[in-house]
Amino acid sequence: METRELAGAAIAFDEDGHMANRQEWNENVALALAKEEGIDELNDRHWIVLNFMRKVFDEMGDAPSIRKLTKESGVNTKELYQLFPKGPAKKAAKIAGLPKPKGCI
Amino acid sequence: MKNLVILGAGTAGTMMLNKMDAMLDSSQWQITIVDQFETHYYQPGFLFIPFGIYSRKDVIKPKRDFFPSGTNVVMSEIDRIEPEQNRVLLKNNVVLNYDLLIVATGAKVAPGEIEGMQEDLWYKNIFDFYTIEGACALGEFFRHWEGGKLVLNVAEMPIKCPVAPLEFVFLADWWFTEQGIRDKVDIHYVTPLPGAFTKPRASGILGDFLDLKNIHLTSEFNISRVDNEEKKIVSWDETEVPFDVLVTIPTNMGDAAIERSGMGDELNFIPTDKHTLQSEAHENIFVIGDATNLPSSKAGSVAHFQADILAENLMSFIEGRPLRGKFDGHANCFIESGFGKGILIDFNYDTEPLPGKFPLPGVGPFSLLEETEMNHYGKIMFRWMYWNFLLRGKELPIESHMSMAGKRM
Ligand SMILES: Cc1cc2nc3c(=O)[nH]c(=O)nc-3n(C[C@H](O)[C@H](O)[C@H](O)COP(=O)(O)OP(=O)(O)OC[C@H]3O[C@@H](n4cnc5c(N)ncnc54)[C@H](O)[C@@H]3O)c2cc1C
Repeated sequence: METRELAGAAIAFDEDGHMANRQEWNENVALALAKEEGIDELNDRHWIVLNFMRKVFDEMGDAPSIRKLTKESGVNTKELYQLFPKGPAKKAAKIAGLPKPKGCI
Repeated sequence: MKNLVILGAGTAGTMMLNKMDAMLDSSQWQITIVDQFETHYYQPGFLFIPFGIYSRKDVIKPKRDFFPSGTNVVMSEIDRIEPEQNRVLLKNNVVLNYDLLIVATGAKVAPGEIEGMQEDLWYKNIFDFYTIEGACALGEFFRHWEGGKLVLNVAEMPIKCPVAPLEFVFLADWWFTEQGIRDKVDIHYVTPLPGAFTKPRASGILGDFLDLKNIHLTSEFNISRVDNEEKKIVSWDETEVPFDVLVTIPTNMGDAAIERSGMGDELNFIPTDKHTLQSEAHENIFVIGDATNLPSSKAGSVAHFQADILAENLMSFIEGRPLRGKFDGHANCFIESGFGKGILIDFNYDTEPLPGKFPLPGVGPFSLLEETEMNHYGKIMFRWMYWNFLLRGKELPIESHMSMAGKRM
Protein backbone atom coordinates (compact mmCIF):
# COMPACT_ATOMS: atom_id res chain seq x y z
CA MET A 1 0.00 0.00 0.00
CA GLU A 2 1.26 3.42 -0.96
CA THR A 3 -0.17 6.91 -0.42
CA ARG A 4 0.23 9.65 -2.98
CA GLU A 5 -1.03 13.20 -3.34
CA LEU A 6 -3.52 13.56 -6.19
CA ALA A 7 -5.89 16.44 -7.03
CA GLY A 8 -5.04 18.01 -3.66
CA ALA A 9 -5.82 14.97 -1.52
CA ALA A 10 -3.80 12.08 -0.07
CA ILE A 11 -4.93 8.95 -1.89
CA ALA A 12 -4.07 5.34 -0.98
CA PHE A 13 -3.15 2.85 -3.72
CA ASP A 14 -3.04 -0.97 -3.68
CA GLU A 15 -0.20 -3.13 -4.99
CA ASP A 16 -1.63 -3.07 -8.52
CA GLY A 17 -1.50 0.74 -8.51
CA HIS A 18 -5.30 1.02 -8.30
CA MET A 19 -7.06 3.11 -5.63
CA ALA A 20 -7.39 1.29 -2.33
CA ASN A 21 -10.41 3.22 -0.95
CA ARG A 22 -13.34 4.07 -3.15
CA GLN A 23 -14.53 6.80 -0.75
CA GLU A 24 -11.50 8.89 -1.69
CA TRP A 25 -12.60 8.95 -5.35
CA ASN A 26 -14.28 11.94 -7.01
CA GLU A 27 -14.38 13.45 -10.48
CA ASN A 28 -11.23 15.51 -9.95
CA VAL A 29 -9.33 12.47 -8.77
CA ALA A 30 -10.61 10.63 -11.87
CA LEU A 31 -9.25 13.36 -14.10
CA ALA A 32 -5.86 13.29 -12.37
CA LEU A 33 -5.75 9.49 -12.74
CA ALA A 34 -6.68 9.80 -16.42
CA LYS A 35 -3.80 12.24 -16.98
CA GLU A 36 -1.39 9.71 -15.44
CA GLU A 37 -2.65 7.22 -18.04
CA GLY A 38 -2.01 9.69 -20.86
CA ILE A 39 -5.67 10.73 -21.29
CA ASP A 40 -5.84 14.53 -21.08
CA GLU A 41 -9.57 15.04 -20.96
CA LEU A 42 -12.60 13.04 -19.87
CA ASN A 43 -15.52 13.66 -22.23
CA ASP A 44 -19.13 12.38 -22.16
CA ARG A 45 -18.17 9.12 -23.83
CA HIS A 46 -15.47 8.45 -21.24
CA TRP A 47 -18.02 9.11 -18.51
CA ILE A 48 -20.54 6.65 -19.99
CA VAL A 49 -17.89 3.96 -19.66
CA LEU A 50 -16.69 5.06 -16.21
CA ASN A 51 -20.20 5.23 -14.79
CA PHE A 52 -21.06 1.86 -16.30
CA MET A 53 -17.93 0.39 -14.68
CA ARG A 54 -18.91 1.75 -11.27
CA LYS A 55 -22.47 0.48 -11.61
CA VAL A 56 -21.36 -3.04 -12.54
CA PHE A 57 -18.85 -3.06 -9.71
CA ASP A 58 -21.57 -2.13 -7.21
CA GLU A 59 -23.78 -4.95 -8.49
CA MET A 60 -21.22 -7.70 -9.07
CA GLY A 61 -18.24 -6.88 -6.86
CA ASP A 62 -15.90 -6.92 -9.87
CA ALA A 63 -15.21 -4.50 -12.72
CA PRO A 64 -16.54 -5.71 -16.11
CA SER A 65 -14.40 -7.33 -18.79
CA ILE A 66 -13.92 -5.73 -22.21
CA ARG A 67 -16.53 -8.15 -23.61
CA LYS A 68 -19.12 -7.10 -21.08
CA LEU A 69 -18.32 -3.45 -21.79
CA THR A 70 -18.81 -3.98 -25.52
CA LYS A 71 -22.05 -5.86 -25.03
CA GLU A 72 -23.71 -3.68 -22.41
CA SER A 73 -22.15 -0.21 -22.05
CA GLY A 74 -23.35 1.14 -25.40
CA VAL A 75 -19.77 1.90 -26.51
CA ASN A 76 -18.27 -0.48 -29.08
CA THR A 77 -14.82 -2.08 -28.91
CA LYS A 78 -13.25 0.22 -31.48
CA GLU A 79 -14.33 3.33 -29.59
CA LEU A 80 -13.35 1.82 -26.24
CA TYR A 81 -9.78 1.54 -27.52
CA GLN A 82 -9.90 5.12 -28.79
CA LEU A 83 -11.13 6.39 -25.42
CA PHE A 84 -8.82 4.25 -23.29
CA PRO A 85 -5.87 3.23 -25.50
CA LYS A 86 -4.13 -0.14 -25.01
CA GLY A 87 -6.27 -1.73 -22.29
CA PRO A 88 -9.76 -0.24 -21.93
CA ALA A 89 -11.04 -2.59 -19.21
CA LYS A 90 -8.00 -2.14 -17.02
CA LYS A 91 -7.50 1.58 -17.64
CA ALA A 92 -11.15 2.47 -17.14
CA ALA A 93 -11.23 0.47 -13.89
CA LYS A 94 -8.20 2.37 -12.67
CA ILE A 95 -9.64 5.77 -13.53
CA ALA A 96 -13.02 4.81 -12.04
CA GLY A 97 -11.23 4.18 -8.72
CA LEU A 98 -11.91 0.43 -8.80
CA PRO A 99 -9.53 -2.47 -8.14
CA LYS A 100 -7.91 -4.28 -11.06
CA PRO A 101 -10.57 -6.54 -12.67
CA LYS A 102 -10.17 -10.14 -11.49
CA GLY A 103 -10.31 -11.39 -15.09
CA CYS A 104 -7.15 -9.41 -15.96
CA ILE A 105 -4.55 -12.01 -15.00
CA MET B 1 -30.18 -44.98 -5.66
CA LYS B 2 -28.70 -41.51 -6.07
CA ASN B 3 -27.21 -40.10 -9.24
CA LEU B 4 -23.88 -38.39 -9.73
CA VAL B 5 -23.63 -37.07 -13.29
CA ILE B 6 -20.31 -35.91 -14.76
CA LEU B 7 -20.46 -33.76 -17.91
CA GLY B 8 -17.34 -34.05 -20.06
CA ALA B 9 -14.87 -36.96 -20.10
CA GLY B 10 -11.70 -34.98 -20.77
CA THR B 11 -8.83 -34.57 -18.31
CA ALA B 12 -10.87 -33.35 -15.35
CA GLY B 13 -14.05 -35.40 -15.87
CA THR B 14 -12.12 -38.67 -16.25
CA MET B 15 -10.06 -37.95 -13.14
CA MET B 16 -13.17 -37.17 -11.11
CA LEU B 17 -14.90 -40.32 -12.38
CA ASN B 18 -12.04 -42.49 -11.15
CA LYS B 19 -11.77 -40.72 -7.82
CA MET B 20 -15.50 -40.78 -7.07
CA ASP B 21 -15.84 -44.39 -8.23
CA ALA B 22 -13.27 -45.34 -5.60
CA MET B 23 -14.87 -43.23 -2.85
CA LEU B 24 -18.62 -43.66 -3.31
CA ASP B 25 -20.63 -46.69 -2.14
CA SER B 26 -21.84 -48.34 -5.35
CA SER B 27 -24.98 -49.68 -3.66
CA GLN B 28 -26.07 -46.07 -3.08
CA TRP B 29 -24.65 -44.09 -5.99
CA GLN B 30 -24.83 -44.58 -9.74
CA ILE B 31 -22.22 -42.56 -11.62
CA THR B 32 -22.96 -41.44 -15.20
CA ILE B 33 -20.44 -39.71 -17.47
CA VAL B 34 -21.37 -37.92 -20.70
CA ASP B 35 -19.18 -36.94 -23.64
CA GLN B 36 -19.71 -36.39 -27.35
CA PHE B 37 -16.50 -38.11 -28.58
CA GLU B 38 -15.06 -41.61 -28.07
CA THR B 39 -11.44 -40.41 -28.41
CA HIS B 40 -9.40 -38.83 -25.64
CA TYR B 41 -6.84 -36.32 -26.90
CA TYR B 42 -3.68 -35.60 -24.93
CA GLN B 43 -3.82 -31.85 -25.64
CA PRO B 44 -0.34 -30.98 -24.28
CA GLY B 45 0.98 -33.20 -27.10
CA PHE B 46 -0.55 -30.90 -29.76
CA LEU B 47 2.41 -28.54 -29.21
CA PHE B 48 4.85 -31.09 -30.62
CA ILE B 49 2.87 -32.07 -33.74
CA PRO B 50 3.77 -29.05 -35.95
CA PHE B 51 7.46 -29.94 -35.46
CA GLY B 52 7.01 -33.62 -36.33
CA ILE B 53 7.97 -34.76 -32.81
CA TYR B 54 4.57 -36.36 -32.22
CA SER B 55 1.97 -37.41 -34.75
CA ARG B 56 -1.75 -37.90 -34.29
CA LYS B 57 -1.39 -41.46 -33.06
CA ASP B 58 0.88 -40.33 -30.19
CA VAL B 59 -1.81 -38.18 -28.60
CA ILE B 60 -4.96 -40.32 -28.75
CA LYS B 61 -6.46 -43.18 -26.78
CA PRO B 62 -10.03 -44.45 -26.44
CA LYS B 63 -11.83 -42.64 -23.60
CA ARG B 64 -13.37 -45.89 -22.42
CA ASP B 65 -9.94 -47.33 -21.53
CA PHE B 66 -9.96 -44.96 -18.56
CA PHE B 67 -13.47 -45.58 -17.25
CA PRO B 68 -13.92 -47.96 -14.31
CA SER B 69 -16.35 -50.88 -14.84
CA GLY B 70 -19.87 -50.18 -13.68
CA THR B 71 -19.85 -46.61 -15.03
CA ASN B 72 -22.90 -45.60 -17.01
CA VAL B 73 -21.36 -44.07 -20.16
CA VAL B 74 -23.50 -41.92 -22.45
CA MET B 75 -22.06 -40.76 -25.77
CA SER B 76 -24.02 -37.73 -26.89
CA GLU B 77 -23.70 -34.01 -27.22
CA ILE B 78 -25.06 -32.18 -24.19
CA ASP B 79 -27.85 -29.83 -25.12
CA ARG B 80 -28.35 -28.01 -21.83
CA ILE B 81 -28.43 -28.22 -18.07
CA GLU B 82 -31.68 -27.27 -16.33
CA PRO B 83 -30.33 -26.51 -12.87
CA GLU B 84 -33.71 -25.67 -11.34
CA GLN B 85 -35.03 -29.11 -12.38
CA ASN B 86 -31.79 -30.92 -11.47
CA ARG B 87 -31.57 -32.47 -14.90
CA VAL B 88 -29.52 -32.49 -18.09
CA LEU B 89 -30.98 -32.69 -21.59
CA LEU B 90 -28.89 -34.46 -24.20
CA LYS B 91 -29.02 -34.06 -27.97
CA ASN B 92 -29.93 -37.75 -28.33
CA ASN B 93 -33.15 -36.90 -26.42
CA VAL B 94 -32.06 -38.66 -23.23
CA VAL B 95 -32.83 -36.79 -20.01
CA LEU B 96 -30.50 -37.35 -17.05
CA ASN B 97 -31.71 -36.52 -13.54
CA TYR B 98 -29.02 -35.85 -10.97
CA ASP B 99 -28.59 -35.36 -7.25
CA LEU B 100 -25.08 -34.09 -7.74
CA LEU B 101 -23.55 -32.67 -10.92
CA ILE B 102 -19.91 -32.14 -11.89
CA VAL B 103 -19.38 -29.91 -14.93
CA ALA B 104 -16.08 -30.59 -16.72
CA THR B 105 -16.84 -29.48 -20.26
CA GLY B 106 -13.53 -27.63 -20.69
CA ALA B 107 -12.69 -24.76 -23.03
CA LYS B 108 -12.13 -24.61 -26.75
CA VAL B 109 -10.91 -22.17 -29.36
CA ALA B 110 -13.37 -19.87 -31.11
CA PRO B 111 -11.57 -18.44 -34.18
CA GLY B 112 -14.90 -17.05 -35.44
CA GLU B 113 -14.72 -14.40 -32.69
CA ILE B 114 -12.07 -12.51 -34.68
CA GLU B 115 -12.98 -10.75 -37.91
CA GLY B 116 -11.26 -12.23 -40.96
CA MET B 117 -9.71 -15.16 -39.12
CA GLN B 118 -11.53 -17.95 -40.89
CA GLU B 119 -11.52 -16.52 -44.39
CA ASP B 120 -9.23 -17.10 -47.42
CA LEU B 121 -6.01 -17.80 -45.55
CA TRP B 122 -7.45 -20.15 -42.88
CA TYR B 123 -5.43 -23.39 -42.92
CA LYS B 124 -3.44 -22.00 -45.87
CA ASN B 125 -1.30 -19.37 -44.12
CA ILE B 126 -3.17 -19.14 -40.82
CA PHE B 127 -3.20 -22.05 -38.35
CA ASP B 128 -3.97 -22.79 -34.74
CA PHE B 129 -2.28 -25.61 -32.84
CA TYR B 130 -4.88 -25.86 -30.03
CA THR B 131 -6.89 -28.38 -32.09
CA ILE B 132 -5.68 -31.67 -33.57
CA GLU B 133 -6.74 -30.50 -37.05
CA GLY B 134 -4.82 -27.22 -36.76
CA ALA B 135 -1.70 -28.85 -35.32
CA CYS B 136 -1.58 -31.46 -38.13
CA ALA B 137 -2.24 -28.88 -40.88
CA LEU B 138 0.54 -26.64 -39.54
CA GLY B 139 2.94 -29.62 -39.44
CA GLU B 140 2.17 -30.25 -43.09
CA PHE B 141 2.76 -26.56 -43.92
CA PHE B 142 6.10 -26.35 -42.05
CA ARG B 143 7.47 -29.36 -43.92
CA HIS B 144 7.44 -27.38 -47.16
CA TRP B 145 7.98 -23.84 -45.88
CA GLU B 146 11.17 -22.08 -46.89
CA GLY B 147 11.09 -19.24 -44.41
CA GLY B 148 9.67 -15.75 -43.95
CA LYS B 149 7.74 -13.99 -41.21
CA LEU B 150 6.33 -16.35 -38.58
CA VAL B 151 3.93 -14.50 -36.28
CA LEU B 152 2.41 -16.05 -33.18
CA ASN B 153 -0.58 -14.11 -31.86
CA VAL B 154 -2.53 -14.64 -28.64
CA ALA B 155 -5.96 -13.11 -29.32
CA GLU B 156 -7.24 -12.52 -25.78
CA MET B 157 -6.85 -13.86 -22.27
CA PRO B 158 -7.62 -16.21 -20.62
CA ILE B 159 -6.34 -19.12 -22.71
CA LYS B 160 -5.65 -22.71 -21.72
CA CYS B 161 -2.08 -23.47 -20.87
CA PRO B 162 -0.84 -19.84 -21.02
CA VAL B 163 2.77 -21.05 -21.47
CA ALA B 164 2.03 -23.12 -24.62
CA PRO B 165 2.38 -20.14 -27.03
CA LEU B 166 5.84 -19.36 -25.57
CA GLU B 167 6.84 -22.99 -25.86
CA PHE B 168 5.73 -22.87 -29.46
CA VAL B 169 8.10 -20.03 -30.39
CA PHE B 170 10.97 -21.57 -28.38
CA LEU B 171 10.48 -24.83 -30.27
CA ALA B 172 10.19 -22.99 -33.59
CA ASP B 173 13.57 -21.34 -32.89
CA TRP B 174 15.10 -24.79 -32.28
CA TRP B 175 13.33 -26.53 -35.17
CA PHE B 176 14.20 -23.98 -37.85
CA THR B 177 17.82 -24.05 -36.60
CA GLU B 178 17.80 -27.84 -37.08
CA GLN B 179 16.34 -27.36 -40.57
CA GLY B 180 19.20 -24.99 -41.36
CA ILE B 181 16.89 -22.05 -42.21
CA ARG B 182 16.73 -20.15 -38.88
CA ASP B 183 18.38 -17.14 -40.58
CA LYS B 184 15.47 -17.02 -43.05
CA VAL B 185 12.76 -17.19 -40.38
CA ASP B 186 11.77 -14.08 -38.49
CA ILE B 187 9.91 -15.13 -35.30
CA HIS B 188 7.56 -12.60 -33.74
CA TYR B 189 5.56 -13.10 -30.52
CA VAL B 190 2.51 -10.81 -30.34
CA THR B 191 0.49 -10.78 -27.10
CA PRO B 192 -2.21 -8.66 -25.40
CA LEU B 193 -0.29 -8.96 -22.10
CA PRO B 194 2.16 -6.27 -20.95
CA GLY B 195 5.01 -8.83 -21.25
CA ALA B 196 5.86 -12.44 -22.11
CA PHE B 197 3.67 -14.03 -19.40
CA THR B 198 0.82 -13.36 -16.97
CA LYS B 199 2.95 -13.12 -13.80
CA PRO B 200 5.48 -10.24 -13.55
CA ARG B 201 8.58 -12.04 -12.24
CA ALA B 202 8.32 -15.02 -14.60
CA SER B 203 7.40 -12.60 -17.37
CA GLY B 204 10.75 -10.83 -16.95
CA ILE B 205 12.75 -14.04 -16.98
CA LEU B 206 10.81 -15.56 -19.90
CA GLY B 207 11.13 -12.25 -21.77
CA ASP B 208 14.93 -12.56 -21.44
CA PHE B 209 14.70 -16.01 -23.03
CA LEU B 210 12.85 -14.48 -25.98
CA ASP B 211 15.70 -11.97 -26.41
CA LEU B 212 18.36 -14.67 -26.15
CA LYS B 213 16.63 -16.72 -28.80
CA ASN B 214 16.24 -13.72 -31.07
CA ILE B 215 12.43 -13.75 -30.92
CA HIS B 216 10.82 -10.36 -31.36
CA LEU B 217 8.15 -9.40 -28.75
CA THR B 218 5.18 -7.06 -29.26
CA SER B 219 3.12 -6.64 -26.10
CA GLU B 220 -0.27 -4.98 -25.40
CA PHE B 221 -1.50 -5.90 -28.87
CA ASN B 222 -5.27 -6.50 -28.89
CA ILE B 223 -6.24 -7.99 -32.24
CA SER B 224 -9.31 -6.58 -33.95
CA ARG B 225 -9.05 -8.25 -37.37
CA VAL B 226 -7.02 -10.18 -39.90
CA ASP B 227 -6.38 -8.53 -43.26
CA ASN B 228 -6.30 -11.52 -45.65
CA GLU B 229 -5.29 -9.48 -48.70
CA GLU B 230 -2.28 -7.77 -47.20
CA LYS B 231 -1.47 -10.64 -44.84
CA LYS B 232 -1.37 -8.65 -41.63
CA ILE B 233 -3.07 -8.55 -38.25
CA VAL B 234 -4.45 -5.24 -37.08
CA SER B 235 -5.05 -4.20 -33.46
CA TRP B 236 -7.97 -2.12 -32.16
CA ASP B 237 -5.65 0.90 -32.03
CA GLU B 238 -4.51 0.29 -35.65
CA THR B 239 -1.07 -1.19 -35.01
CA GLU B 240 -0.25 -3.63 -37.82
CA VAL B 241 1.92 -6.74 -37.84
CA PRO B 242 2.58 -8.36 -41.24
CA PHE B 243 3.00 -12.15 -41.52
CA ASP B 244 3.77 -14.90 -44.00
CA VAL B 245 2.41 -17.51 -41.64
CA LEU B 246 0.19 -16.66 -38.69
CA VAL B 247 -0.11 -19.07 -35.77
CA THR B 248 -3.11 -17.91 -33.79
CA ILE B 249 -4.29 -18.76 -30.31
CA PRO B 250 -7.89 -17.66 -30.89
CA THR B 251 -10.29 -16.61 -28.14
CA ASN B 252 -10.86 -19.53 -25.74
CA MET B 253 -14.44 -20.11 -24.63
CA GLY B 254 -16.48 -22.53 -22.57
CA ASP B 255 -18.86 -24.83 -24.45
CA ALA B 256 -22.04 -23.46 -26.07
CA ALA B 257 -24.07 -25.86 -23.87
CA ILE B 258 -23.12 -23.65 -20.90
CA GLU B 259 -24.50 -20.61 -22.71
CA ARG B 260 -27.70 -22.50 -23.59
CA SER B 261 -28.04 -23.37 -19.90
CA GLY B 262 -27.72 -19.69 -18.93
CA MET B 263 -24.90 -20.61 -16.55
CA GLY B 264 -21.89 -18.85 -18.05
CA ASP B 265 -20.19 -15.45 -18.13
CA GLU B 266 -19.37 -13.55 -21.38
CA LEU B 267 -16.95 -16.32 -22.38
CA ASN B 268 -19.26 -19.17 -21.27
CA PHE B 269 -17.14 -19.90 -18.20
CA ILE B 270 -19.11 -20.83 -15.10
CA PRO B 271 -18.84 -18.56 -12.03
CA THR B 272 -17.32 -20.89 -9.44
CA ASP B 273 -16.10 -20.47 -5.86
CA LYS B 274 -12.34 -20.22 -6.30
CA HIS B 275 -11.58 -22.24 -3.16
CA THR B 276 -14.37 -24.85 -2.87
CA LEU B 277 -15.14 -25.32 -6.61
CA GLN B 278 -18.89 -25.16 -5.91
CA SER B 279 -20.83 -23.26 -8.58
CA GLU B 280 -21.84 -19.84 -7.29
CA ALA B 281 -25.46 -20.24 -8.37
CA HIS B 282 -26.35 -23.85 -7.45
CA GLU B 283 -25.16 -25.74 -4.40
CA ASN B 284 -25.39 -29.26 -5.92
CA ILE B 285 -23.34 -28.27 -9.00
CA PHE B 286 -19.55 -28.33 -8.85
CA VAL B 287 -17.20 -27.22 -11.62
CA ILE B 288 -13.64 -28.31 -12.37
CA GLY B 289 -10.91 -27.67 -14.94
CA ASP B 290 -11.09 -25.28 -17.87
CA ALA B 291 -14.88 -24.84 -17.56
CA THR B 292 -14.57 -22.63 -14.45
CA ASN B 293 -14.05 -18.86 -14.33
CA LEU B 294 -11.28 -19.23 -11.72
CA PRO B 295 -8.31 -16.84 -11.95
CA SER B 296 -5.95 -19.85 -11.97
CA SER B 297 -4.23 -21.17 -15.11
CA LYS B 298 -6.34 -23.44 -17.32
CA ALA B 299 -4.10 -26.51 -17.33
CA GLY B 300 -4.21 -30.24 -16.82
CA SER B 301 -1.87 -29.98 -13.84
CA VAL B 302 -4.22 -27.44 -12.27
CA ALA B 303 -7.24 -29.69 -12.87
CA HIS B 304 -5.27 -32.45 -11.15
CA PHE B 305 -4.67 -30.35 -8.04
CA GLN B 306 -8.33 -29.29 -8.08
CA ALA B 307 -9.48 -32.91 -8.31
CA ASP B 308 -8.12 -33.86 -4.86
CA ILE B 309 -9.85 -30.86 -3.30
CA LEU B 310 -13.10 -31.42 -5.17
CA ALA B 311 -13.31 -35.11 -4.20
CA GLU B 312 -12.93 -34.13 -0.55
CA ASN B 313 -15.59 -31.43 -0.85
CA LEU B 314 -18.06 -33.70 -2.65
CA MET B 315 -17.82 -36.24 0.17
CA SER B 316 -18.40 -33.47 2.70
CA PHE B 317 -21.36 -32.17 0.70
CA ILE B 318 -22.94 -35.65 0.49
CA GLU B 319 -22.53 -36.13 4.24
CA GLY B 320 -23.86 -32.66 5.03
CA ARG B 321 -20.58 -31.37 6.43
CA PRO B 322 -19.06 -27.93 5.65
CA LEU B 323 -16.77 -27.76 2.60
CA ARG B 324 -13.28 -27.69 4.07
CA GLY B 325 -11.17 -28.33 0.98
CA LYS B 326 -9.71 -25.06 -0.25
CA PHE B 327 -8.05 -24.87 -3.65
CA ASP B 328 -5.14 -22.39 -3.59
CA GLY B 329 -4.70 -21.89 -7.35
CA HIS B 330 -1.69 -24.21 -7.50
CA ALA B 331 -0.21 -24.58 -11.00
CA ASN B 332 2.93 -26.40 -12.06
CA CYS B 333 4.07 -26.14 -15.68
CA PHE B 334 7.00 -27.54 -17.59
CA ILE B 335 7.92 -25.12 -20.34
CA GLU B 336 9.64 -26.76 -23.29
CA SER B 337 12.36 -24.32 -24.37
CA GLY B 338 13.99 -26.10 -27.32
CA PHE B 339 17.41 -27.76 -27.84
CA GLY B 340 16.46 -30.53 -25.39
CA LYS B 341 15.89 -28.19 -22.48
CA GLY B 342 12.99 -26.99 -20.40
CA ILE B 343 12.01 -24.45 -17.74
CA LEU B 344 9.72 -25.25 -14.78
CA ILE B 345 7.37 -22.86 -12.98
CA ASP B 346 5.28 -23.47 -9.84
CA PHE B 347 2.84 -20.90 -8.44
CA ASN B 348 -0.62 -20.23 -6.94
CA TYR B 349 -3.20 -17.44 -6.50
CA ASP B 350 -1.00 -15.45 -4.12
CA THR B 351 2.59 -16.40 -4.89
CA GLU B 352 4.11 -15.85 -8.29
CA PRO B 353 6.66 -18.26 -9.79
CA LEU B 354 9.97 -18.16 -7.88
CA PRO B 355 13.40 -19.68 -8.58
CA GLY B 356 14.65 -22.72 -6.59
CA LYS B 357 14.54 -26.53 -6.66
CA PHE B 358 11.49 -28.79 -7.05
CA PRO B 359 9.87 -30.93 -5.66
CA LEU B 360 12.62 -31.70 -3.09
CA PRO B 361 14.03 -28.49 -1.54
CA GLY B 362 17.71 -28.01 -2.44
CA VAL B 363 17.77 -31.29 -4.39
CA GLY B 364 15.31 -31.09 -7.26
CA PRO B 365 15.77 -32.89 -9.59
CA PHE B 366 13.93 -30.05 -11.33
CA SER B 367 15.06 -26.40 -11.31
CA LEU B 368 12.50 -23.62 -11.13
CA LEU B 369 12.76 -20.76 -13.64
CA GLU B 370 16.00 -22.10 -15.08
CA GLU B 371 16.63 -23.82 -18.37
CA THR B 372 17.87 -27.42 -17.81
CA GLU B 373 17.84 -30.79 -19.57
CA MET B 374 16.17 -32.39 -16.57
CA ASN B 375 13.19 -30.07 -16.92
CA HIS B 376 12.84 -31.22 -20.54
CA TYR B 377 12.67 -34.84 -19.36
CA GLY B 378 9.96 -33.77 -16.91
CA LYS B 379 7.90 -32.48 -19.83
CA ILE B 380 8.41 -35.66 -21.84
CA MET B 381 7.57 -37.84 -18.82
CA PHE B 382 4.40 -35.85 -18.28
CA ARG B 383 2.66 -37.72 -21.12
CA TRP B 384 3.38 -41.07 -19.48
CA MET B 385 2.23 -39.77 -16.10
CA TYR B 386 -0.90 -38.34 -17.73
CA TRP B 387 -2.07 -41.64 -19.22
CA ASN B 388 -0.96 -43.88 -16.36
CA PHE B 389 -1.51 -41.85 -13.22
CA LEU B 390 -3.32 -38.57 -13.72
CA LEU B 391 -6.38 -39.73 -15.70
CA ARG B 392 -6.75 -42.80 -13.51
CA GLY B 393 -7.01 -40.55 -10.47
CA LYS B 394 -3.88 -41.97 -8.83
CA GLU B 395 -1.66 -39.92 -6.57
CA LEU B 396 1.35 -38.09 -8.02
CA PRO B 397 4.32 -37.26 -5.76
CA ILE B 398 3.34 -33.58 -5.75
CA GLU B 399 1.18 -31.86 -3.13
CA SER B 400 -2.15 -30.31 -4.16
CA HIS B 401 -1.30 -27.17 -2.21
CA MET B 402 1.72 -25.19 -3.31
CA SER B 403 4.79 -25.43 -1.08
CA MET B 404 7.35 -22.66 -0.44
CA ALA B 405 10.10 -25.15 0.48
CA GLY B 406 13.16 -24.90 -1.76
CA LYS B 407 12.17 -21.56 -3.25
CA ARG B 408 14.21 -18.36 -3.19
CA MET B 409 12.33 -15.11 -2.51
C1 LIG C 1 -1.77 -26.98 -27.11
C2 LIG C 1 -2.06 -27.25 -25.68
C3 LIG C 1 -1.01 -27.51 -24.80
C4 LIG C 1 -1.26 -27.78 -23.46
N1 LIG C 1 -0.18 -28.05 -22.65
C5 LIG C 1 -0.40 -28.36 -21.35
C6 LIG C 1 0.68 -28.72 -20.49
O1 LIG C 1 1.85 -28.78 -20.89
N2 LIG C 1 0.42 -29.00 -19.19
C7 LIG C 1 -0.85 -28.97 -18.70
O2 LIG C 1 -1.04 -29.24 -17.52
N3 LIG C 1 -1.91 -28.61 -19.48
C8 LIG C 1 -1.72 -28.33 -20.79
N4 LIG C 1 -2.78 -28.00 -21.60
C9 LIG C 1 -4.12 -27.80 -21.02
C10 LIG C 1 -4.90 -29.06 -20.74
O3 LIG C 1 -4.96 -29.88 -21.87
C11 LIG C 1 -6.31 -28.67 -20.31
O4 LIG C 1 -6.23 -27.69 -19.30
C12 LIG C 1 -7.07 -29.85 -19.76
O5 LIG C 1 -7.28 -30.79 -20.76
C13 LIG C 1 -8.42 -29.39 -19.18
O6 LIG C 1 -9.22 -30.46 -18.84
P1 LIG C 1 -10.81 -30.33 -18.86
O7 LIG C 1 -11.30 -31.67 -18.42
O8 LIG C 1 -11.24 -29.14 -18.11
O9 LIG C 1 -11.20 -30.09 -20.39
P2 LIG C 1 -11.02 -31.10 -21.62
O10 LIG C 1 -9.92 -32.07 -21.33
O11 LIG C 1 -10.89 -30.26 -22.81
O12 LIG C 1 -12.36 -31.94 -21.65
C14 LIG C 1 -13.64 -31.41 -21.94
C15 LIG C 1 -14.50 -32.56 -22.43
O13 LIG C 1 -15.88 -32.14 -22.46
C16 LIG C 1 -16.48 -32.60 -23.64
N5 LIG C 1 -17.60 -31.70 -23.97
C17 LIG C 1 -17.58 -30.34 -23.98
N6 LIG C 1 -18.77 -29.85 -24.34
C18 LIG C 1 -19.57 -30.92 -24.57
C19 LIG C 1 -20.93 -31.06 -25.00
N7 LIG C 1 -21.71 -30.00 -25.25
N8 LIG C 1 -21.43 -32.32 -25.13
C20 LIG C 1 -20.65 -33.41 -24.85
N9 LIG C 1 -19.37 -33.33 -24.47
C21 LIG C 1 -18.83 -32.10 -24.33
C22 LIG C 1 -15.38 -32.58 -24.68
O14 LIG C 1 -15.65 -33.45 -25.75
C23 LIG C 1 -14.16 -33.01 -23.85
O15 LIG C 1 -13.95 -34.41 -23.88
C24 LIG C 1 -2.58 -27.76 -22.97
C25 LIG C 1 -3.65 -27.50 -23.84
C26 LIG C 1 -3.40 -27.25 -25.18
C27 LIG C 1 -4.55 -26.98 -26.11
